[in-house]
Amino acid sequence: MNGPTRTASVHATRAVERSLAGRRHRSLAASVFLVYLLFSTLVGLVALFVLLFTILRDGLPYLDPTLLANAPSANPALAGARPAIIASVMIALVLIATALPIAIATAVYLEEFAPKDRWWIRLIELNIQNLAAIPSIIFGILGLAFLVRGLGLGPVLLAGALILGLQMLPTVIISAREALRAVPDSVRQGGMALGATRLQVVWREVLPAAIPGIATGSILGLSRAIGETAPLLMVGAATFVSYNPGLLTQYTVLPILIYQWIKLPQADFQGLAAAAIIVLLAILITMNGFAIWMRNRYERKW
Amino acid sequence: MIGVLALCAVISILVTVGIVVALMVPSLEFFTEVSPAEFFTTAKWAPLFKPAAFGVLPLITGTLNTTFWACTICLPLGLGTAIYLSEYARPRARAVIKPVLEVLAGIPTVVLGYFALTFLTPLLRSLGWQVEIFNAFSAGIIIGVLLLPTVASLSEDAMKAVPSSLREGSFGLGANRFQVSTRVVVPAAISGIAASFVLAISRAIGETTIVLIAAGQLAHVSFMPGDSVETMTAFIAATGAGDVPVGSISYKTIFAVGLTLFVITLLLNIVAIRMVRRFREVYE
Repeated sequence: MNGPTRTASVHATRAVERSLAGRRHRSLAASVFLVYLLFSTLVGLVALFVLLFTILRDGLPYLDPTLLANAPSANPALAGARPAIIASVMIALVLIATALPIAIATAVYLEEFAPKDRWWIRLIELNIQNLAAIPSIIFGILGLAFLVRGLGLGPVLLAGALILGLQMLPTVIISAREALRAVPDSVRQGGMALGATRLQVVWREVLPAAIPGIATGSILGLSRAIGETAPLLMVGAATFVSYNPGLLTQYTVLPILIYQWIKLPQADFQGLAAAAIIVLLAILITMNGFAIWMRNRYERKW
Repeated sequence: MIGVLALCAVISILVTVGIVVALMVPSLEFFTEVSPAEFFTTAKWAPLFKPAAFGVLPLITGTLNTTFWACTICLPLGLGTAIYLSEYARPRARAVIKPVLEVLAGIPTVVLGYFALTFLTPLLRSLGWQVEIFNAFSAGIIIGVLLLPTVASLSEDAMKAVPSSLREGSFGLGANRFQVSTRVVVPAAISGIAASFVLAISRAIGETTIVLIAAGQLAHVSFMPGDSVETMTAFIAATGAGDVPVGSISYKTIFAVGLTLFVITLLLNIVAIRMVRRFREVYE
């Protein structure tokens, strides 16, 4: 249902309710139900608030330039997260260069060109839906078997990035397809009526119109990959790395470093973990904020 | 050009084929050495010890234990949030609550694991409940918090897909908002709501980092919330992260447990996808 009709129907509903309000008393069940709804909603909000408060309380005393500038160390006073932060940024760049174009191309094919009624197209769609819900640790097993051991890449940054890329594909494909679907058919028909080929219409009209939606979905997918821990444990990211990583060197990323610090017994490392969490959350919130801003700024209403 | 695009679409199929091959080949080798009967029916799990024991039941009960507590949070509260957002909230409240829940859904699991271990568990102990440092309850509750926004968002989508004419007809007959929500909207959206529940259960079973940090790695059959347990995912991650010699029986257990996990979540996902199809067909 489109916007104005919906608003009108909401107003109509409210008017009817107001006129009936005098005659209707609120039943006990209705009140209890409303309390349940408000309680449910509050739990999520309060949990997020308490979580952020706890992290800031534990982490702020440990948040200093050493954390950003130094390498991990057995001495908590000197320990930092620099190699992990660099590795996280490098993985993001690899994902932008590899997984994102593949995911967007898949979405364009399925939405604009694929013969929708063929069984193999339906199989691809079903497969993508299912991949989106497979536990991330399973992708870690895939990486362990094929990239690290099978191809003999070893526990290097590229292997970790590729696994996160495969894991990211379905999420980005699904959101990019929604963005393409939101572009009305009149745009495509207009272009074709002027003599453009299907490919020209998609490349010059549909894709530019869908870019805000695609970018938003891509950034959200990227930020999920940056925060991922489990599959990288499987492909050997849990090593002690004190140097700046390269594509084919061993590495550790921010979430893995946090995981390792949490496991250490000294209280100082718990504080460092909380401080590193603040850094991780700052990166993710910046990315998500940018995505939301872009959605609001560039989204077109058709 | 279109061929290149189609090739990209095929990659997603290759990923699934790759996963199945990666899981099946070592698992088949595993089951030539350990009988499926021992694996699925005995309750002693000690694959890295000598003598080794390969009964997967402790990992399955451990997974059920954390998943149960996750469900007590995310199913009822996710549904309540969805009904509130879809049927009760004014647009301005929605505009605040929805983005906050999106932020909660985007918190990395390692952060939630930290929260479970350093906030929730000490809180339970200070309330006088002597849970173990690593326990199924804390991990499960926090998984529930992680999944609450997912259930809320998917269930709300299902309720939004219920045509307004159903609500208006009901209001016109004198029903109040409570009656419209519980007797018209929720029943009409039930397959979508059920799908969100099944998907949440599947995600809770597959969640790794939170249980690895907060639930421990003690493989024994226990349904006590305060006990330390080991889940299937925690075993896979802990063993995969360690230095297990390739080709050894311990190495192959990773894949046998992985295959078990994959089959369970695959079945749940297929059920969820089918349910979503059903509610789409009715109203579109």
